[in-house]
Amino acid sequence: MLVSIYRYNPEKDEAPTMQDYEIEMPAGKDLMVLDVLNLVKERDSSVSYRRSCREGVCGSDGMNINGKNGLACITPVSEATKGKNDKLILRPLPGMPVIRDLVIDMGLFYKQYESIKPYLDNNTPAPAIERLQSPEDRAKLDGLYECILCACCSTSCPSFWWNPDKFVGPAGLLQAYRFLADTRDTSTDERLANLDDPFSVFRCRGIMNCVNVCPKGLNPTRAIGHIRGMLLQREI
Amino acid sequence: MVASISNLGRSGLYDWVIQRITAVILAVYTLFLLGFLIAHPDLQYSDWQELFACTPMKIASLLALVSLCAHGWVGMWTIATDYLKSTGIRFLFLLVVAAFVFVYLVWGIDILWGA
Repeated sequence: MLVSIYRYNPEKDEAPTMQDYEIEMPAGKDLMVLDVLNLVKERDSSVSYRRSCREGVCGSDGMNINGKNGLACITPVSEATKGKNDKLILRPLPGMPVIRDLVIDMGLFYKQYESIKPYLDNNTPAPAIERLQSPEDRAKLDGLYECILCACCSTSCPSFWWNPDKFVGPAGLLQAYRFLADTRDTSTDERLANLDDPFSVFRCRGIMNCVNVCPKGLNPTRAIGHIRGMLLQREI
Repeated sequence: MVASISNLGRSGLYDWVIQRITAVILAVYTLFLLGFLIAHPDLQYSDWQELFACTPMKIASLLALVSLCAHGWVGMWTIATDYLKSTGIRFLFLLVVAAFVFVYLVWGIDILWGA
């Protein structure tokens, strides 16, 4: 199978190029994209990419696979190449500075994540045991806490491409709502006040690219809608 | 929290609400005009003038005009802050948009309420 990989070493190369590799695929097996990358790496050890858990938990190997962001370790080659002439094209996640080949600088992504204060804030005295929640309150966090911060969503979002320094992005906003929805958190007002500007939340145009690519099947657009609803309720 | 001095409503929420309310007003106004055109297949200039001469229609048209200006400004401001990265060019672009919006508003009021 033909595998085309984005190659760029800013220290040496003037411009990025696509390099092709012809990879012999084992018969009768549907490999994951990461397995194919590992086969390429055996042939050319200079190809760089991030990987760790190889089972869709760590979120390290987010990349653009045949035009769609996803995790290489849980994307089967058959699915990635469906209707694409059996060719695998791998590029780094779009819109972020490339450190080398498929490795991007996630600095701005983490800065935005940090800006929403991704931790429980409770100003009441700490109880002797954990702060308990009812099963109903706990259920409100389902579909939010599962995010692994792979950045597939934020880097597929044009609003994040144009304003990564001002728009929090779908991943950050999903986590922002995760803490807004948490009954144990007492900083709801401060959290909302921090988001009530024209960029942080409201730069989302609701095109749902984030929902389309999330490898965990989460829905940041819905979370953003909930945040807007909370901001509106606070003002009316 | 990102500060901005050039958006319409001073906060993202205000801009967002303004854009949605004005969109509904413009949709209703457009649908009414479309309905009027469909209901009057042999439309004459006198019918058209009569429609716009009555006070409720003047009020509705003015509301639609103001909505269009607000809606347009929020939209153009969003486009400018997305795509125009040079502060100077963005400022100039927004100045031109503001001038157009103002001219259209005054001109529209003159057409509606002028002699």
